[in-house]
Amino acid sequence: MAKLKLAIYWSASCGGCDVAILDIKEKILQVAEIADIVFWPIALDFKRHHVEAMEDKSIDVCLFNGAVRTSEQEEMAELLRAKTKTMVAFGSCAHLGGIPGLSNFSNRAQAFERAYVEAQSCDNPDKVFPQTITNVAEGELELPEWWDTVKALNQVVDVEYYIPGCPPTVPIISQVVDALAAGQLPPVGTVFGSDKALCEECPRTKGEKKIDKIYRPHEIIPDPEKCLLEQGIICMGPATRGGCDAQCIKANMPCRGCFGPTPGVTDQGAKMVSAVASILGLENEKDLPAERVEELMDQIKDPAGTFYRFALPTAMINRKRM
Amino acid sequence: MKRIVIDPFTRLEGHGRIDIFLDDDGNVANAYLRVPEFRGFEKFCEGRPVEELPRITPRICGVCPSAHHMASAKAVDAVFHVDPPSAAKKVRELYYSAHMCHSHIAHFYALAAPDFVLGPTADPAERNLLGLIAKVGLETGTEVIKHRAYAQDIQAVIGGKATHSVCGLPGGVSKAVTEDERRDFEEKSKSMVEFGKLSLKIFDDVVLKNKEYVDLVVSDMYTMKSYYMGLVDASNKVNFYEGDVRVVDSDGKEFAKFKPANYLDYVAEHVEPWTYLKFPFLKSIGWKGLVEGKDSGVYRVAPLARLNAADGMATPLAQAEYERMYQTLGGRPVHHTLAMHWARLIETQYAAERMVELCQDPEITDPNVRTIPTATPDEGVGIIEAPRGTLIHHYQTDEHGMTKKVNLIVATGNNNAAMCMSIKKVAQALIQKGKEATEGMLNMIEMAYRAYDPCIACATHSLPGQLPLEVVIYDAKGKEVKRLSQYLS
Repeated sequence: MAKLKLAIYWSASCGGCDVAILDIKEKILQVAEIADIVFWPIALDFKRHHVEAMEDKSIDVCLFNGAVRTSEQEEMAELLRAKTKTMVAFGSCAHLGGIPGLSNFSNRAQAFERAYVEAQSCDNPDKVFPQTITNVAEGELELPEWWDTVKALNQVVDVEYYIPGCPPTVPIISQVVDALAAGQLPPVGTVFGSDKALCEECPRTKGEKKIDKIYRPHEIIPDPEKCLLEQGIICMGPATRGGCDAQCIKANMPCRGCFGPTPGVTDQGAKMVSAVASILGLENEKDLPAERVEELMDQIKDPAGTFYRFALPTAMINRKRM
Repeated sequence: MKRIVIDPFTRLEGHGRIDIFLDDDGNVANAYLRVPEFRGFEKFCEGRPVEELPRITPRICGVCPSAHHMASAKAVDAVFHVDPPSAAKKVRELYYSAHMCHSHIAHFYALAAPDFVLGPTADPAERNLLGLIAKVGLETGTEVIKHRAYAQDIQAVIGGKATHSVCGLPGGVSKAVTEDERRDFEEKSKSMVEFGKLSLKIFDDVVLKNKEYVDLVVSDMYTMKSYYMGLVDASNKVNFYEGDVRVVDSDGKEFAKFKPANYLDYVAEHVEPWTYLKFPFLKSIGWKGLVEGKDSGVYRVAPLARLNAADGMATPLAQAEYERMYQTLGGRPVHHTLAMHWARLIETQYAAERMVELCQDPEITDPNVRTIPTATPDEGVGIIEAPRGTLIHHYQTDEHGMTKKVNLIVATGNNNAAMCMSIKKVAQALIQKGKEATEGMLNMIEMAYRAYDPCIACATHSLPGQLPLEVVIYDAKGKEVKRLSQYLS
C-alpha cells in the first residue's frame, strides 16, 4: 500500500492537541510507517505556499485542530479542504468550538475593552488597541483580525470525521491510526469514541437519580464510589459521548462534556437540561408550585456556560445576540 | 529601508514573529517581536462560577496547562478565603514540580541543547533533538524521553490527565495520593534526581568546558541589565508554588517584595498597537519604552530571573550548583541571557529533589485534602512560577462566587519587553552593513529569544526538532532579495 499523505494543522487552539499526538509515544513510529507528513506547521518546514502548490485532493487525511475565529484561519481551512480527501476535526475546538467558543457570549469589542483597557493592571489612558495595521517609523506592521464569533470546523468546511476530547485521548488517537493503517475507515460523519453516553462507562454506582439540592464541586466532599449527579453535583455524563475512560470522574471531578453530545443529539445543552429537569423531579412540573420550580432551577449556576462548556458554537443558539 | 522577517513557525501567520528593519546603511534600525494571537479569556471567564476557572483557564496553553491550573486553584482559594489542608498543598506542589521537570527537560533537550552540543551555526538538518541524540548517544536520548514521560505520568495520576488536569479546586485537591501511587512517584522522583545530575553534567561538558561557548554566554550581545522577579519562600529561596514575589535591581539589591494580593501596587501593563501581547513594567518606575537599566521599568522573569531574585535554592544539590553558577559567572545577579539554560537545569534539579522530599513526607498520603469553603467569596489573586516565569491570575466575584472580573498576566508577557530588546541587541551586533546575513547568524538571533523559552513557541516543546525559522530580507522598495530557512529542503 502506498504511504498516506497526512497533514496536521492548528488554528485557534492551545497546542494541547499537538501534544496529544506526541503522547501516543511509540505509536508515532507506526504513523511514520503508514504516512508521510506533508504539512505540520509546528514541526516541519512546509509552508502555506507548499500546500497551495499541491494538487487538489492530493492529501489523504488532514487532522485539523482548533476553532476558527479569524479570516486567515478560515482561508487555511478552505485551502486544506480543497487539497484533502478526508478532513478530520481533531479535538473539542475543531469538533464543537471548544472552550474558546465561550467567546460567543460576548464580542470582539467587549473582549478587547476588557483585556486592553479595563484590566486592573492596564495603564492605557489613551485606549490603544492592537490594530490590524500599524505604521511605525520603520514601516508597516500587520496583525490578523479577530472575529466576533468562534466557529467549529464544520461550520466553515465539510468534515468527514470527528475526534472528540480536550485533548483527545491516547486510545482514541491510536484507534484512528489503526483504522488508517488498515484502510478501514468508518462511515463518513462518524465521531470516534463510544456510541453511548459517558454514564455507561462510568465506574461509579448508580441508583435512582432524584435530588432536590445541587452542590457546586467545592461545596461537598463526594463519595468516590457513587454517581456524582446523585450526590447533587452537576456532571455532564448523561449528555456526553463516552470513550474518554471517565478520566475526570476517576479524579473525583464531574464531567464538563468535552466529548460533545451523545450520538443522534445535536444540542448537548438541551439534552442536559432535560436530564437535570428529570433528576430534580421537574418532569411533572405542572404539579409543582412555580416558586418551587424556580427555587430548584436557580440552584444551577451558569447553566449556559456549564451545559455548553465545549459546544456553544455548535448549539442551536450559538451566540449571544449583541 | 530593508526589512527582515523572522517567523519562528513555518507559517507566516504563526504564533510569534520577529520583524527586523534595516536602515539605508544596512544596519539594524529596530526589531519588533510580535504576538499575532489573542485568546480573549479575560472576557469569556466572566459569568462563570469561579470554581470552574481552574478547569477553563488551562486552555490558554496546552503545553503549560498545569501552570494555569495551579495559579487558578490558588486564586480561587483566595476568592473563597479558604486555606487548603497541608496535605493538599503538598500534593499540588508535587504535581507542579513534576510539571516543571516535564517542561524544563523538553525545552533544554529539544530546543536549547542542540545549539550548544551541535554548535550554534551547525547544519540545521542536524541541529535538532535527533542530531543531539546522535551526538550524545542513544542511551542519553532514551533517558530524556523516559523522564519527560515520568513527569507526565505523575501529573496524570494526580490531575486526572496530564494535559488539562482537573484536580485543583477551592480548598484543596479532588483526590488524595494512595500509598501505591506514592511509592511509584518516589521511585520516579529519585530517578529524576539522577537525571538532573546527568543534565548538569552534559551542560558542564558541552558548554562550560568549551571556551568558545562560555565566551558566547558572557558576550555583550547576549547581556542585558534589568530588574528580576520571582517567587521566594520565607528564607528567600526559590519557590515555584508559593511565597512572596521578590524583585531585585540590576545590582541584585532587593527592590520590592510583596504578597500576591498586592501585585497591582507593583506591576502595570503597557499596550502597543502592533502586538496582541501587553508589556508589563514596574509601576513605581514607569514605562520608559524598550530600554534597559535601572531607570527603566522593564523586568525579567523565568529561570535566571528567579535565581537572581532569590538568595539560593532550598535543596542541597541545586544549591551547590546555584553557588557554582554565580562563582563561575561573576556573582549575583547574572545578566547573561544565555545563562537562562544553566538556571533552567538547576531548577530541574531542585524540582526533582523537592519531589523526593514531598514523596517521603508522611503527610503526602493523608486523605484529608479538602477544606470546604465557608466564607463569602469576593476577590483573590493566585501567583505561581510557571516554567517561563511569574504567572498571575486575579479574579473578582459576586457574593455567590460568580466571576465578575478576570485579570491575567502570563509568564511570557512579563518577558515581552526584554525579549524585544534582547533580539534587537543581537541583531544589531550581527547584522551590519556589508555583511551578508547567514543562516548561522539568524540562528544566533533566534537563540536570544529561545533562551526565554517563550510560550508563543512552547507548543514545539516536545517535538523532535526545533523552531523552524524563516528570514526574509527585503530591499528598500520592499522587494524580496533573499530568503533563508533553517530547514533547507
